[in-house]
Amino acid sequence: MRSTSRPLRSHPTRFPTGSVGTPSAGCSSADAGTAVIYLGTGISAGASTFLESTLSYVSGQSRFQRYVASRDWRLLFTGSIVLGAAVYAVTIQGGAWTTDVHPWRLLVGGIFVGVGTRVGKGCTSGHGVCGVGSASKTSIVGVVTFLLVAIVTAQLVAAAGVTP
Amino acid sequence: MAGSASQRHPLFAPLVILGGLIFGFGLAYSHMARPEVVLDFLQFEDFGLVFVMFGGAAVTGVTYFLAPRLLGRAVLSGDDFERRLKPFDRNVLVGGAIFGVGWGLSGICPGAAYASVGIGNVTILWAIAGMFIGAYAQGVFRSRSPSDEAAPTSAD
Repeated sequence: MRSTSRPLRSHPTRFPTGSVGTPSAGCSSADAGTAVIYLGTGISAGASTFLESTLSYVSGQSRFQRYVASRDWRLLFTGSIVLGAAVYAVTIQGGAWTTDVHPWRLLVGGIFVGVGTRVGKGCTSGHGVCGVGSASKTSIVGVVTFLLVAIVTAQLVAAAGVTP
Repeated sequence: MAGSASQRHPLFAPLVILGGLIFGFGLAYSHMARPEVVLDFLQFEDFGLVFVMFGGAAVTGVTYFLAPRLLGRAVLSGDDFERRLKPFDRNVLVGGAIFGVGWGLSGICPGAAYASVGIGNVTILWAIAGMFIGAYAQGVFRSRSPSDEAAPTSAD
């Protein structure tokens, strides 16, 4: 039921800010982004659907057609993510930062990420943030699965002497 | 499906931009956009991301819990607030495991990869190229077996 005079709402972004240092302050900020979109639209905005929705611009594969209706705003969303991170780079980071992780790890890992997030119905934001936030059992199982496998994989790669 | 294209509020696009800006800034600020930091976390050398993940779920948990109760319907679209619930099947485990291998190998996940471009990390384009290749490959494969999943997913 909607009322015309709503009381001031406590905003979820203020929740854990500052209590456990920089990462959590950044995280509550990242999730505030998801929360803003959810409050306005009811949409759970995850990041990995962008891969398929953007492919629908250039590919006629039937699998991608289900994302035609959302591909424009997903492109806008991803562009804004890039821009938001660029604001951080300019204001706080003080210039560009580049990774030393080997390109082959990024490329091969990226292929696995592209397959796995789409087959597994979500990524760190879809399952990890929106899904777990929804207390979805599917998402909790998904997160536990990819987190455990990622830990084992990263440990094995490190044990094999690959750095970074 | 939430926010159908035909009847979107004029503030829909600005809201998506605002949400994306905050999201990207947060991923950069939390250093999740840096593969080294994620890999250190997965190797138990830096536990900062534990707070990122659980803090994040807590923030959205509160949002998903309170929004329907305080607002009733989404402010702009008037759509019902729905929890993000997906049907469980074998794909969640198989896909999750494949994603885990990729995340553990590269230290990057989709949202963080986009943010990584923003912090000037041009090298991350290798990972994004890989993600598109992977997403395309599974799309081609699943387009041939359409019985795989009937209902379109609203968001991930």
